[in-house]
Amino acid sequence: MSTMYASSAADRSAGTAHDLKPAVIDSFVKLTPRHAIRNPVMAVVWAGTIVTAIATLSGRTGAGFGWAVTIILFVTVLFANFAEAVAEARGRGQAASLRRARKDLIARRLDDAGKETTIPAAELRPDDRVVVEEGQLIPADGEIIEGVATINEAAVTGESAPVLREAGTDRSGVIGGTKVLSDRIVVRVTAEPGHSFLDRMIALVEGSIRQKTPNEIALGILLAMMTLTFAIVVVTLPFIGGFVDVEINVVLLVALLVCLIPTTIGGLLPAIGIAGMNRALKANVLAKSGKAVEVAGDVDVLLLDKTGTITYGDRQATAFHALAGVDASQLRQAALLASLADPTPEGKSIVKLAREKGEKLVDPAQAHFVPFSAHSRMSGVDLPGARVIRKGAMDAIARHVQTLGGTLSPELEMRVNDVARKGATPLVVSDGRHVLGVIELSDVIKRGIKERFARLREMGVKTVMITGDNKLTAANIAADAGVDDYIAEARPEDKLARIRAEQAGGRLVAMVGDGTNDAPALAQADVGLAMNSGTQAAKEAGNMVDLDSDPAKLLEVVEIGKQQLITRGALTTFSLANDVSKYFAILPALFAAAIPQMAALNVMKLSSPTSAVLSALIFNALIIPALIPLALRGVRFKPASATELLRNNMLLYGVGGVLLPFGGIKLIDLVLSALFNV
Amino acid sequence: MLESLLLLTLLIALGWPLGRYLAVVMRGDPMRSDVLFQWLERPIYGLLGARPELGMSWRGYAGAFLVSNLLLAIVVWITFMAQAWLPLNPDGVPNMRWDLALHTTVSFLTNTNQQHYSGQAQLSYLSQMTGIVGLQVITPVMGLAVVAATLRGLFGGRQAQARKADGTTAIIDVGNYWADVTRATLRFVLPLCLLWSALLTWQGVPATLKAGPVTTPIEATAEFKEQKIPLGPVAPMVAIKQLGSNGGGWYGPNSAVPLENPTPLSNFLETLGICLIPVSIVFMVGPFTGRRKFRAMVFGTMLTMSVISTGLAIWSEGHASAAADTALMEGKEVRLGPDASALWAAVTTQINNGSVNAMLDSTAPLTGMVAMSNMLINAIWGGVGCGLQQFIVYLLLSVFLAGLMTGRTPELFGRKIEGPEVRLLAVLVLLQPLVILGFTALTLFVASLTGNSNPGFHGISQVFYEYLSAYANNGSGFEGLGDATLWWNLSCSIVLAAGRFPALVIPLAIAAMLARKRRAPEGGGTLQVETPTFALTLIGIVVILTLLQFMPVLVLGPVADHMALTSLLAR
Repeated sequence: MSTMYASSAADRSAGTAHDLKPAVIDSFVKLTPRHAIRNPVMAVVWAGTIVTAIATLSGRTGAGFGWAVTIILFVTVLFANFAEAVAEARGRGQAASLRRARKDLIARRLDDAGKETTIPAAELRPDDRVVVEEGQLIPADGEIIEGVATINEAAVTGESAPVLREAGTDRSGVIGGTKVLSDRIVVRVTAEPGHSFLDRMIALVEGSIRQKTPNEIALGILLAMMTLTFAIVVVTLPFIGGFVDVEINVVLLVALLVCLIPTTIGGLLPAIGIAGMNRALKANVLAKSGKAVEVAGDVDVLLLDKTGTITYGDRQATAFHALAGVDASQLRQAALLASLADPTPEGKSIVKLAREKGEKLVDPAQAHFVPFSAHSRMSGVDLPGARVIRKGAMDAIARHVQTLGGTLSPELEMRVNDVARKGATPLVVSDGRHVLGVIELSDVIKRGIKERFARLREMGVKTVMITGDNKLTAANIAADAGVDDYIAEARPEDKLARIRAEQAGGRLVAMVGDGTNDAPALAQADVGLAMNSGTQAAKEAGNMVDLDSDPAKLLEVVEIGKQQLITRGALTTFSLANDVSKYFAILPALFAAAIPQMAALNVMKLSSPTSAVLSALIFNALIIPALIPLALRGVRFKPASATELLRNNMLLYGVGGVLLPFGGIKLIDLVLSALFNV
Repeated sequence: MLESLLLLTLLIALGWPLGRYLAVVMRGDPMRSDVLFQWLERPIYGLLGARPELGMSWRGYAGAFLVSNLLLAIVVWITFMAQAWLPLNPDGVPNMRWDLALHTTVSFLTNTNQQHYSGQAQLSYLSQMTGIVGLQVITPVMGLAVVAATLRGLFGGRQAQARKADGTTAIIDVGNYWADVTRATLRFVLPLCLLWSALLTWQGVPATLKAGPVTTPIEATAEFKEQKIPLGPVAPMVAIKQLGSNGGGWYGPNSAVPLENPTPLSNFLETLGICLIPVSIVFMVGPFTGRRKFRAMVFGTMLTMSVISTGLAIWSEGHASAAADTALMEGKEVRLGPDASALWAAVTTQINNGSVNAMLDSTAPLTGMVAMSNMLINAIWGGVGCGLQQFIVYLLLSVFLAGLMTGRTPELFGRKIEGPEVRLLAVLVLLQPLVILGFTALTLFVASLTGNSNPGFHGISQVFYEYLSAYANNGSGFEGLGDATLWWNLSCSIVLAAGRFPALVIPLAIAAMLARKRRAPEGGGTLQVETPTFALTLIGIVVILTLLQFMPVLVLGPVADHMALTSLLAR
């Protein structure tokens, strides 16, 4: 499957090889009428198999031909069942490893007096409080109400890097079955037993609660209609033929029917549905229903958080601006010294930039590093010889310099404003009572994101950036990243308002959220992707959860949704287009005995009527397993405008669907006539 | 060839302004001639008890359509069965048998004009003028009205702008049926008929209320001493027969008779008349819906299919190997020749008119197959209103399949096509093979019912054609059938009704269902139906969804017929 899983990936993506055996067994289990009836197209093939078997037994047709047709039809049904079984087996492999994580959890429940009792996790109820310490598994889904801890969520996400969870923040949610790596936390249980995140996930991937999506239902109706139509055609044919004394044997009629009804898409339809959910899961997105995935394909507007989606999480130093009379190197050296011990990403980026510009990394002796404090709003270093280097916001440094007796030049204010106007953050650096210059910190836009937005625009999807930045900064980043619109100084309720406004205009909206105050917007959005690191409320409100907590995943989700629909449409078109060549194979064969002139229609020059019918049926059966990989993987999808997509897919699956079987059937005919001389 | 090009040029030149005019009429916009027409319309509304300004829901609209049809049916049926006792019967025509009267009533009510009777001998002037011509005028207008209502629904209903904030309204207003029918009849169809009948009278088509003269034939014999020439108000009837996609002629042999079609110019006028209103309706779509590109797509798609089909018919009739034999002049008017006959055959089946100027039974088998394919598709122009309505069905089906391939839930004009709509479409698609093949099989199986003149493959063509023509509401006959029997009358009556009412009402229902939905703005990601790519997709889906179903019977009928004939000629 993929290499993105770390530790548990091996068993979760458990290779295809040992999945095949249970899938083969399952294909036979699915022959039971109760299951067969759920798929009308294949049920007709199954019924046809029985009819041909009876016709052959009662001697209405040659035994060799009769049995050959019966077996091919039976195998066709098996192939369709197999397609579904393979898709299910993949989901089950994932479920099995999840279930292992859930087993035998023990909880240390706290009562009101703060006394601990050890009980099985299954007995926990919502609002129970439990203690979890280093090395222990969290017994149930919940929210941290006390403490902070690093947690390994590999059992659920497949990602072995630990994550930080903390009480009272937007990252307070924990999942049952994950492991606390450090510290001690108290968790308030939020899930009913049997309804935990893990339980729901297992049920989903096993397909036990998979419901057909609206698009699948509509397509199912269309396929049933086509099946019924061709049934009418075939049932009336012997009566019409009887008028000109054309006798058509029942086995041939069944063969004609099976070739005409859309067995290819009929056989693969359930597998496509399951595979869609699996693909989302493979991207580590847990969709609460198949419908959610498909709706993602319909989305018109994406609300994207700036941080993490459009820009890397933190601001980074991008330039040094020395004041007049200050050597550029002097500024860089001071900035470097002031940031040496700064653990923040901003500090690290200053060191990195200074070194890139040629400053040497020195380790000053007897340095006293001053960390950032909320009070001083500066950080820096005190060096021997009363050298005081500081960096910080303009007003903080101004106060600092003025207390030391320095003055501020008007040039500084100009420089600071210049930087701010670009949407970047200015940091002022001082050495003693002299101001040296300004460090420019800006948001760095993720590589490739602009192209990605351009592709989305081509697909008709509008992107809106949500940011807490001021308008100026937001406008700059929006222009650089190529988003269509932005909301600056956004509050959570702004998201909700924007979603409502877009929806009132008939558009479908997708968004990402993690905090509790995102929950209403997540619920309102047509596609709400909650971050796994987020609060329980957010996860409940959204209809998808990203286990990697990567907000950029929303873009992938949209593509998976579209791919899902295209796969269904493309295979349906292919299936229907195949009918043309099958007619050319079967119709001449059907009437060959009674109407010799019909040979002219045998454009493929198939060797005999028997071989023609068998070849068409064999092609019809083989095309199902041949397309299973495509059904599971989804058709290749290059983002483009709707018209372009339609043209490409029509050429490939429509025109290709007309032409391919001519070659395929001819090939099978050559093999058959060479091997069996039929 | 020249005639075909001239026809196309004139159609566009005339259809364009007529379409614009028709859009004004159907939208109910103010017109300069309002004073005149309102003076005519007000008493009609008063008589009907209708309030033309009031909008109707789709149920109300469809209900009014069906009830008005039922009432007309009863009146006309009784008129036919009692014509001997009623006035305006100078030739003393007797009453019609109940089953033949029923078939004739249903046939004209469904704008089909399939004739199991021979006009001049079995209908009185009163029957011709009320039952036949009356229905010929009103039924195409009813089709036009229903398609106008459907188009309104597809774009959200008449008061689309007066929506509630959540995008829903209690009632989707698809227009007022009575107003639509009355306005279109008085302001559009009747003036056009008047013009056409004047033109035809000028060319020598009779227009009189007197009984026909009695003359002595040139080759008079003892048994055949004198011939009675049947006349009557022929010109007005031929005008509406051609214009209203009716097809039922005054005379049994239809436009092959010199009295109905005397000159080359009258032949051209009548061919033009077949196409004029259906083409105008296509041109109406643009100004009526405000989407000119949509009109261009509909026109382009229909034209493409029309050119292919007409080309095939002319080729097959005049130039195919099997056609080289002079035997194929059988059944053709020598005055008109193979090309004009094939052009008419192609056009009359594309348009769902059904009038003929040659014996279709005698055309080359493949020409017959082209005619059958035209009727199976029934949306290459198609009948007045019903052609565009059928095109909308194909449009919805194509949007559903093509929409999936663009990675979105299929939408037409921003509204999603989902399970309930597809279910209704499925009913309509299923009905066609069920009815046509079902009755064809039954009739051929009980050979005594058939009463046809050819036992072989051609016999299959004849029976299939009769039901197909009835279902397509075309009305042309392959003939050679003794079709005035109880079985043919009753079974065809059922097929006629099954081909008319669901095909008009179901798309209207779907349009109203769509109108209720939230409308998504159209953008780069939504399927554009107004592109050549989509038009080709639509043609492909028409071929696969419609023609493929009937391949086996087409192969057993005309294709086998053609092959038998080819090998016969080769010998």
